[in-house]
Amino acid sequence: MTRSAHRTRRILQVTGASAAALLTLSACSSSDPGTDAGSSSAKPSGTVTVFAAASLEESFKTLGKQFEQEHPGTKVTFNFGGSDTLAASITGGAPADVFAAASTKTMAIVTDRQDAAGTPATFVRNQLEIATLPGNPDRISSLKDLTRPGLKVVLCDKTVPCGTAAQKALDAGGLKLTPVSYEQDVKSALTKVELKEADAAIVYKTDVRAAGDKVEGVDFPESAEAVNDYPIAVLKNAPNPGTAKAFVALVRSAEGQKVLSRAGFLKP
Amino acid sequence: MTGSDTLESRPRRDRHRGRTRPVPIPLLVPALVGLAFLLLPLIALLVRAPWRSLPEQLTSAEVWEALRLSLLCAMAATVLSLVVGVPLAWLLARTRFPGRGFVRALVTLPLVLPPVVGGVALLLAFGRNGVIGQWLDSWFGITLPFTTTGVVLAETFVAMPFLVISVEGTLRAADPRYEEAATTLGASRFTAFRRVTLPLIAPGVAAGAVLAWARALGEFGATITFAGNFPGRTQTMPLAVYLALQNDPAAAIALSLVLLAVSIAVLAALRDRWMTAS
Amino acid sequence: MTDLDGTTTGVLTEGLDAHLVVDRSTFRLDVALTAAPGDVVALLGPNGAGKTTALRALAGLTPLTSGRLRLDGTRLDTMPPESRPVGVVFQDYLLFPHLTALDNVAFGPRCRGASKAEARAQAAEWLDRMGLADHAGAKPRRLSGGQAQRVAVARALATRPRLLLLDEPLAALDARTRLEVRAQLRRHLAEFEAVAVLVTHDPLDAMVLADRLVVVEHGHVVQEGTPSHIARHPRTDYIARLVGLNLYRGRAEGHTVRLDAGPAITTTEELSGPAFVAFPPGAVTLYRERPTGSSARNLWRCEVAGLETHGDQIRADLTGELPLTADLTTVAAAELDLHPGAPVWATVKATQTHAYPA
Repeated sequence: MTRSAHRTRRILQVTGASAAALLTLSACSSSDPGTDAGSSSAKPSGTVTVFAAASLEESFKTLGKQFEQEHPGTKVTFNFGGSDTLAASITGGAPADVFAAASTKTMAIVTDRQDAAGTPATFVRNQLEIATLPGNPDRISSLKDLTRPGLKVVLCDKTVPCGTAAQKALDAGGLKLTPVSYEQDVKSALTKVELKEADAAIVYKTDVRAAGDKVEGVDFPESAEAVNDYPIAVLKNAPNPGTAKAFVALVRSAEGQKVLSRAGFLKP
Repeated sequence: MTGSDTLESRPRRDRHRGRTRPVPIPLLVPALVGLAFLLLPLIALLVRAPWRSLPEQLTSAEVWEALRLSLLCAMAATVLSLVVGVPLAWLLARTRFPGRGFVRALVTLPLVLPPVVGGVALLLAFGRNGVIGQWLDSWFGITLPFTTTGVVLAETFVAMPFLVISVEGTLRAADPRYEEAATTLGASRFTAFRRVTLPLIAPGVAAGAVLAWARALGEFGATITFAGNFPGRTQTMPLAVYLALQNDPAAAIALSLVLLAVSIAVLAALRDRWMTAS
Repeated sequence: MTDLDGTTTGVLTEGLDAHLVVDRSTFRLDVALTAAPGDVVALLGPNGAGKTTALRALAGLTPLTSGRLRLDGTRLDTMPPESRPVGVVFQDYLLFPHLTALDNVAFGPRCRGASKAEARAQAAEWLDRMGLADHAGAKPRRLSGGQAQRVAVARALATRPRLLLLDEPLAALDARTRLEVRAQLRRHLAEFEAVAVLVTHDPLDAMVLADRLVVVEHGHVVQEGTPSHIARHPRTDYIARLVGLNLYRGRAEGHTVRLDAGPAITTTEELSGPAFVAFPPGAVTLYRERPTGSSARNLWRCEVAGLETHGDQIRADLTGELPLTADLTTVAAAELDLHPGAPVWATVKATQTHAYPA
């Protein structure tokens, strides 16, 4: 393994290293040693490992099953998580074939280190939405309504993509909003509304869709200013690049887009 | 501290002092491996710390605010744990009631519960819409999530079992006949506890309190779930570290070092003062 | 605390009147105990006889299953232990290790309502009386065994109890200290105006310290009386061993007591019916050959089972017609060429035996 020497030189981020080690372990144990990178041009086979942003979980699992059916003998293994964490493990040497990030910024972490084989392509976009309690009892209809005193609003922390996006939208509307909490990720923000601890949260459309009838979504025009592009790329050190390309093709196909839009994603 | 620590045990202790005997290899090797395993991650943290940018990282007001809040909340959680945890430990160690074993298992439950689940459980109990929280809200207008009090509660929930287990163990080891002796001298059960048992188990209580304090100081999952994250109000150091890790690992390491340094300073000071006293 | 004056009006009885019944799954204690103020009663018995249980029941640390417990006419059995006018000296004293000797003694008065200063003044007085004024500020671990024992006695007396309980008060001491402390304790108990009950398995402690012995075996009283009476008239093997007598049980007819197991012993007392016969080991004379001219009518053929040194004497354990122990001088033992398995003849003069009704 030449990569391991390569890897240790590269990792400056200690934390990334430990995460990568764990991921390496889990990825190794689930991959099939019999099939490897050699047969890249032939028809898809073997295991393809996909690192994808947490918000893609449901759609990608559906697409993964579809892919395995269309190409007997293949297996799609997923690692869902925060985009930043995933990017850190990829640059740390985790053996992944495909990376689908929730923002171009996190994809840039990977491309900057030239770990992506080609130019990443945006395959979906995600837009912000206000999540309110079921039935919208506070009658929130605009971003400005969230600044009403007495209303408990949670935002994502500025260090995570949904927080950055929310800030962008607020800036676009010229609004100042003091939330009760800056949550560590979009799911926690949504949970606070689901448990009725907060009256509203600014989250992604897809999250509102996934939460079903536990929250109610409210669109707002400023969200157009903070649309997240989701890029996808086959990685340079992909153990199974041929199959990886085939999977990316499925994601970007009309069929794939149908599955993704059902989850609330917008077309690129 | 217990019954054995009376007149007879003193010469025995003196006899063994000052004599060093070789440590058996089957004990020494695993011990050193264990020590290395515990220390290496900390050393790695020091090695990879961004020493050059450290002063700049640490001058931000948010860091000190988070640290102040961390220390304050951990202290409050420890005091709260002591006030209710020591009597609980006494109840478990000194009384008999049906289902005592079950209650003891329940007390240790927060130890195995993932802290995030603990946070959700706290929300379901004390949240605005929680089993108890809804009454707190409608009767007294008290809401606990997103408040500093919420942080203290979350930390207490996670830290108190350490205290209870430690104190209960000490109580079980302590000779209950001292309480009987106090009773024959006219002390009520409570007086006997306060004037005899408590001083006797003080080292165990201190050890438990330190353990609980340390656990509270590092608490992350239950806190961020129950109390949320707002600088100056509910953002403790572990929360700040976690969020910094999302896009600035160097800052996260710097913050961790501060937390580490403070914990070591406090623990060392307490150890000198309390642990060796017994 | 004063005493029970307020609650004793109209009640005539004074002192202790107890019938202690404690039922455990494997053990039953059933002991009746009475004592007048000023009495020192010793509960004497082997380990596991229930002495300590009896003491704990008196103190209220172990609840009574049934029976009664009255002190100076007041019912104690319904009273919580902390309200009973009872002081206890525990076997290993149980001095509170975190308190000084003074604060240990002041603990009782303080719990019974005295102010801190008052309690300490009283405690200082008690320590002074015990000759421990110099050690008032010492923690228990700095005290010697004898000093700790005296602090424990002072602590128990400082609450001015109407019933003082002592659990093996001398057991934790080494032989030298024991002699001295026993003498001091005897003085303090003699001065004590209320009832004192002490538990011991040591007959010497019991006889020196107590006016009356109550012998407990298997949870029951087997004999009670003054030390001298019990020493002369043991009624169980345990007591006989304690006081160092050979004891036999049989049926008396005139001057002869026919033992349940075989031979007869001739005595000077004239009795009829069930009787005990006792004689000290020193009264036994041994011969290798059957004595011919001897007037002794108590003559038995025995065999040496074991020999051991007993002070400056040799104690021989004999089996045979009559199992007995005999004391003889080292010289005599050598002349007789005694060794385990050696056949001997043992005689006891009738005047040396003592028979009494069973």
